Amino acid sequence: MKWLLLALVVVPGTVGDVLMTIGMKRHGEIEEFDLRSLFSLLWDLVRNPYLITGIVAMAVSFFALMALLSVAQLSFAVPATASSYLVETALAKYVLKEEIDAARWAGACLVTIGVVLASL
Amino acid sequence: MDRFLRHKTLIVSLVVIASNAFGNYTLTRGMRDVGSVVSFSPLPYIHAMLDPWVVAGIVLLATWLITRLSLLSWADLSYVIMVTSTSYVLSAVLAKIFLGERISLIRWTGIVLISLGAFIVARTFPSTAPEPEEEE
Repeated sequence: MKWLLLALVVVPGTVGDVLMTIGMKRHGEIEEFDLRSLFSLLWDLVRNPYLITGIVAMAVSFFALMALLSVAQLSFAVPATASSYLVETALAKYVLKEEIDAARWAGACLVTIGVVLASL
Repeated sequence: MDRFLRHKTLIVSLVVIASNAFGNYTLTRGMRDVGSVVSFSPLPYIHAMLDPWVVAGIVLLATWLITRLSLLSWADLSYVIMVTSTSYVLSAVLAKIFLGERISLIRWTGIVLISLGAFIVARTFPSTAPEPEEEE
């Protein structure tokens, strides 16, 4: 059960982040932080399919985490979900075509280990 | 232009990190006052939303979502997740200062590694992904 819930935390969470990144890149770079940009972003949140699906996926991940925390220890849940950093870095490379150099991989590994240790 | 982009990225990242850590802190603080609300009825949730700490938490986490999406409008996902992971560090510091939580040596080690990882990634160029193809 806890492995199923873990998959429901990690998979929708990482896919949701990828979808939100695609959605925001299509929305276009936010140049200024004024009310106009804010409303254009909020308007896109209700009609950009990537952003809508991304938010739904994030919500699924969030509720799965709540459920996971009710059946498993925090010291299992947090380290296991820390793997999201590595999964997302790989998705960023292969799906979003970001240039993941040695510094980005090193950062991803340090953050993942750091999150595991910080939760113990 | 690159310099401008780096500065903009840094400032917005700091807002994302701070709104996340302070949002979690104020929401935790507020929910402690309110008590458990696990229920199918909306009334306890509406009652909780009258607590000023909870209101502050909701406003801060809404700020977090909007600024994080804004950051993703130009920065790489692999950049954003690593740099904003420092909110773990800030959360731990806030918990120590305001909630009096003790932080063990092993947790401090984790905090140092997160900071180091975020610092290494923060020095890379924020935006490397190709422009999306236009559909229209």
